[in-house]
Amino acid sequence: MDALDGNAIGGLLHEVFGTEMTTATGTCASCGATGPVAQFTVFLRAPGTVARCRTCSAILIVIVQAKGMNCVDLRGLARLEAA
Amino acid sequence: MAGTALRRRLTWQIATVAAVCDETATVRTIELQLPDWIGHRAGQHLDVRLTAEDGYSAERSYSIASAPGEPVAITVQRLEDGEVSPYLTTELRAGDELEVRGPIGGYFVWDADGAASPLLLAAGGSGIVPLRSILRHRARSGAVVPARLLYSVRSWPDVIYRSELEQYAGSVSVTYALTRQAPPGWTGHRGRVDATLLADVAWPIGREPVAYVCGPTSFVETIAEGLVGLGYPARLVKTERFGGAGGP
Repeated sequence: MDALDGNAIGGLLHEVFGTEMTTATGTCASCGATGPVAQFTVFLRAPGTVARCRTCSAILIVIVQAKGMNCVDLRGLARLEAA
Repeated sequence: MAGTALRRRLTWQIATVAAVCDETATVRTIELQLPDWIGHRAGQHLDVRLTAEDGYSAERSYSIASAPGEPVAITVQRLEDGEVSPYLTTELRAGDELEVRGPIGGYFVWDADGAASPLLLAAGGSGIVPLRSILRHRARSGAVVPARLLYSVRSWPDVIYRSELEQYAGSVSVTYALTRQAPPGWTGHRGRVDATLLADVAWPIGREPVAYVCGPTSFVETIAEGLVGLGYPARLVKTERFGGAGGP
């Protein structure tokens, strides 16, 4: 499966956070790299939606949709700041 | 962009298909009537959701092909093994309804207001779609920033928006790279975009250009790395990847 980027989950992230998030800045908890969410490496059916750090490939975000709910794991992010 | 607009909830709404138009043998533009549309920016996308009678649903993202202020349109490439695109490109008719949410995205967007940097647009295959929105927005707004388009596509019949792009001659320099097949007498570039072609087309870094690169992941990686190699700061190379299928 091809890697996409954070633009591809703009709708899902808006649903989860209630605002536009592709311009938000994320900081990787593993390597400290900082960049716009739009530039995260994204896999849509991993299973679940997985965003990885473009620098070190660490997992930043996992979102699993089950029974009408979004289960969101942000442990890979040290910071996430909306623009 | 007003803060209130950014904080709005993103809800599914019913769009009615106003018209469909075939662009190539496998690509179709679908114009939508969206009564609750708040307006979009050039480069944004929307999500489409199809739901089967048994409740199974599939969502896909499609770039918006029209300029801000125009009726919302998407341009869809048919993927033969796709779940959604075959329906959108062969079954859908004017008057049909679709579930849509959007507009989505704030990173891969271009606003004519205050734009000063020369535009370098690079498209692989249907990656042309959001760039067409940017080109239309530029033309409609009377923006004077110079623009160049580098468009990599498999063959001449696969060029999307060909006649529209021809109309930009004189105001936008369009360079094609035909990766698989060229018509007889073709004098343009054959094969994938290479470093020489990219260096030819790219604005010199001294002009402080901004680049928008959209296409299959491998195309985007190649172009973005090439531009950074030419001295473009990474933050001025905006990228959007749509995976591997349907590429040039």
